[in-house]
Amino acid sequence: MIEETPSSQPQRRFTFAIRVEPRLTETASWYPALLSFMAIVVALLLGAVIIAAAGGDPISSYRHIAKASFGSLGVFSDTMVKAIPLMLTGLACSVAFRMRLWNIGAEGQFYLGAFGASAVILLPILSDKDTPRWILILVMLVAGMLMGALWGFIPGYLKAKFNVNEIISSLMMNYIAIAWNNYWIFAVWTEGGFQMSRMFDKNAWLPRLTDFSKTVPAFRGLTTHFGLVFALVAAVIVWFILYRSRWGYEIRLIGDNPKAAEYAGISITRNVVLVMMLSGALAGLAGMSEITGVVHRFQERISSGYGFTGIIIAWLAKLNPLVVVVVSILFGALLLAGREIQPSGIPKLIQGIILVCLIASDFFLRYQIRIVRQGED
Amino acid sequence: MDPVIILQAGVASGTVLLFATLGEIFAERSGVLNLGLEGMMLIGAMSAFKTAVVTGNPWWGIVVAVVFTGLISQIHAAIAIHLQADQVVSGLALTFLGTGLSLVLGEGLSKAGTISLLPSFSIPLLSQIPILGRIFFSNQSIMVYLGYVLFPLCWYYINYTRPGLHLRAVGEFPAAADALGINVYRLRYLYVLVGGMLAGLAGATISLAISPGWFSEMTTSGQGWIAIGLVIFSQWDPMRAAAGSYIFGALRRLILDIQGPLTIFGYRNPFYYNPYYGFFLQMLPYAFTIVVLVIGSREAIRKRMGSPAALGLPFIRGQRGL
Repeated sequence: MIEETPSSQPQRRFTFAIRVEPRLTETASWYPALLSFMAIVVALLLGAVIIAAAGGDPISSYRHIAKASFGSLGVFSDTMVKAIPLMLTGLACSVAFRMRLWNIGAEGQFYLGAFGASAVILLPILSDKDTPRWILILVMLVAGMLMGALWGFIPGYLKAKFNVNEIISSLMMNYIAIAWNNYWIFAVWTEGGFQMSRMFDKNAWLPRLTDFSKTVPAFRGLTTHFGLVFALVAAVIVWFILYRSRWGYEIRLIGDNPKAAEYAGISITRNVVLVMMLSGALAGLAGMSEITGVVHRFQERISSGYGFTGIIIAWLAKLNPLVVVVVSILFGALLLAGREIQPSGIPKLIQGIILVCLIASDFFLRYQIRIVRQGED
Repeated sequence: MDPVIILQAGVASGTVLLFATLGEIFAERSGVLNLGLEGMMLIGAMSAFKTAVVTGNPWWGIVVAVVFTGLISQIHAAIAIHLQADQVVSGLALTFLGTGLSLVLGEGLSKAGTISLLPSFSIPLLSQIPILGRIFFSNQSIMVYLGYVLFPLCWYYINYTRPGLHLRAVGEFPAAADALGINVYRLRYLYVLVGGMLAGLAGATISLAISPGWFSEMTTSGQGWIAIGLVIFSQWDPMRAAAGSYIFGALRRLILDIQGPLTIFGYRNPFYYNPYYGFFLQMLPYAFTIVVLVIGSREAIRKRMGSPAALGLPFIRGQRGL
């Protein structure tokens, strides 16, 4: 070390410095996608460290996830089955989040959608044996979406009328929805005291790929159901609403700048209620498609946190409805394969880490890190 | 269905909500919205119980829960304060992370058996007061007594001390606080840390004192979210937070006890004769949270009060005033 005399010029050993500064120019179009990808890679690495620390084997866990979800046509079909409700709840969250309306209640709206669809058969409104199949499914679809929309309407109305924080009210509605469903499952529609209703007649099931195995032998055993079509159509419709319609313009303007929207004469309260209902209807559709496509009866614990995973999916897809479809498949894989991984909390943990890394990475959309020569400006 | 017993147990289970609510009040008063309360409470409950199982000493459980949860809360602090991310999403992420982490680290804990819990005792003299003595001072856990000490202290600290003034300044008008030489960033990190530590304490209070054990996500069953609702109801005031917490605690106990007797006020008790009506009772705490939010929000509009002005907004030094 050289002692510096006070009179001498300070000698800098490092002539370069790292500087964080706001981005002034638009980023390249591929940059946000790359950033999200990097965030996921970092998240998986962090997840590996935690799995190892908890006494698991991260490499075999990840290999297992990949194999058990994309390893063959059969398991990929199962992945799609898991992805269908995720697509719909992801869309539900995207629509609401685009307006910066925090609907955390997709889980409850999912449950109510399942209730609505089941009620058509169990109340009974229509017989599941004699009604023409497509009429029955259409009625169940409408009932599920209506119940979901109703469950979204309540926090939306409270927000519009009393300025009640929709994050908490929609979340509280989740717990109420589960208790509501449980009442009907245990007290009214139970089959022989078990926590499930009777099985619906095959007439009320959504068509599955395996139903067509007579004409296309490759479809034998594939459980992907018609809900996939619902989800894809919903994604296109939601994309159209958000980016090609006047209503979508209002939604996006309120999300970006509520004051400007108000000055432009857009009713925020009306849109709060409507968007909450649309969001609820999408989540309700997810519940309906799960009941008629997968479970085929009304029972407990039909959701493995689809409503909450939808939040992460929406954020990862940057609220773009078409990207939601792709991202949902990845998370469907995680949920499907995660069931067999020990310890059982790992899929939830990985989801959490992914979301944390993702929002942290957003910083680099707004800021850039530059290495500058010292003294240069 | 003895009202005194319901209130006594209500005060005990309300203590959990009290700690969580006080912690969130600190964070929000400094301008940082932390929706990760539920996840942090789970981490606290899990780490406290796990430590108590391993060491056999519940006091270590408290220490580990408070320190570990405090550290976890700094993830949210860094993302919200320095990375300026959306605090709603960051808080949700913390809830997911906390839930997942506590499930992974708490694997197998639910079969851990019995452990030694935090002590319960009566306060001499005070417990002799008719009715009130039985409700508040007889055979309560030490955490309940800690709660009695804590909320007036928090109230005094926020409203009548110099650091409390700085806390409020940072949450209401960070640019002005910054101009006066207060380090906005440092204070916000500090109060998110305080919030995290109190959330950890709340979790530890569940698993080591109020309803001992580890029942994965059911350990907290949404109490973190109820606490966030209580913060709004309390208008960010520790005194009102205490009242709200104890009332909610009593409600939880009432729901359990109301299914016991054959008659209520001389009428047949429907909850006894049809236990399935219990599902509607289960909805009550959550429905009541929404009711409480409506009351709080209407009052806020009427009195022209509201959340801390800078709540949820990142502070960027030198770039803009609020």
